Amino acid sequence: MKKIWWKILAVLMVAISIVAGLLGPVPELPILNETIRNVYFHVPMWFTMVFLYLISVIYSIKYLSTTNRNFDIMAVEAVNTGILFCVCGLLTGMLWANITWGDPWPNDPKLNGSAIATLMYLAYLVLRNSLEEEQKRAKISAIYNIFAFPIMLVLLYILPKMTDSLHPGNGGNSTFGDLDMDNNIRPIFYTAVIGWILIGSWITSLRYRVRLIEDKKNSF
Amino acid sequence: MKKYISAFLIFMMSLGQLFAQGKIEMADGLRAEGKIYVVVLVMLVIFSAVAVYLFTIDRKITKLENDK
Repeated sequence: MKKIWWKILAVLMVAISIVAGLLGPVPELPILNETIRNVYFHVPMWFTMVFLYLISVIYSIKYLSTTNRNFDIMAVEAVNTGILFCVCGLLTGMLWANITWGDPWPNDPKLNGSAIATLMYLAYLVLRNSLEEEQKRAKISAIYNIFAFPIMLVLLYILPKMTDSLHPGNGGNSTFGDLDMDNNIRPIFYTAVIGWILIGSWITSLRYRVRLIEDKKNSF
Repeated sequence: MKKYISAFLIFMMSLGQLFAQGKIEMADGLRAEGKIYVVVLVMLVIFSAVAVYLFTIDRKITKLENDK
């Protein structure tokens, strides 16, 4: 994880997505107009968040099977970084919704689901801070995390598909993949997603390493 | 002589008028297509600042780790 090449790759990929995302050809659609370019910036935030929460769950499971403290630290720092991307996703989504749907927070199941999921992960952090004893804290929060992750996926991806939703791909709407995501968009979109996921992992690894140094200092 | 001077003046005036009306080609790349390239550059500057910041922190942390 300390190698530099994937960090440079991350920066390059996001930089490419900024240039190509603003200048590249996009399908001309009513209402959306140029805001379709938000696909390159708003959607990767959520993909990165889900990826980081997945990392967190993996490390929680690893913690429960080994009780290695470092795994617990990794799980928290992944959630901390995930919440940063979640806030970015919510704010950019509200700006976009205000223009295209006429309301920063229309009563859309996906929006409400994301709000509940965010609260769930904030509760995870509150839960951790409320437990004094270290091993107990690590164990209880790891179990909570394992339950929170599938609920988050249900709230964000399954429930909106079952009811009416404004988001593409939900509630009978066609997905971006079916209709709007033409072959000009796709490569730039995937570049942006992978780039931002790498950036998110990078920030997580930095936070993790800082925590390890703090830990070492405190144990002396 | 007077004829030449007045002809020259008329020529200069018409030249000035020509420039006032016609489009003067300059380095207009940044101003093309509704000046979107300026936004691209601004976003790149902001993002590269964030990237440099991350690299600096990374280097500092590595140094701290090696101190031990």
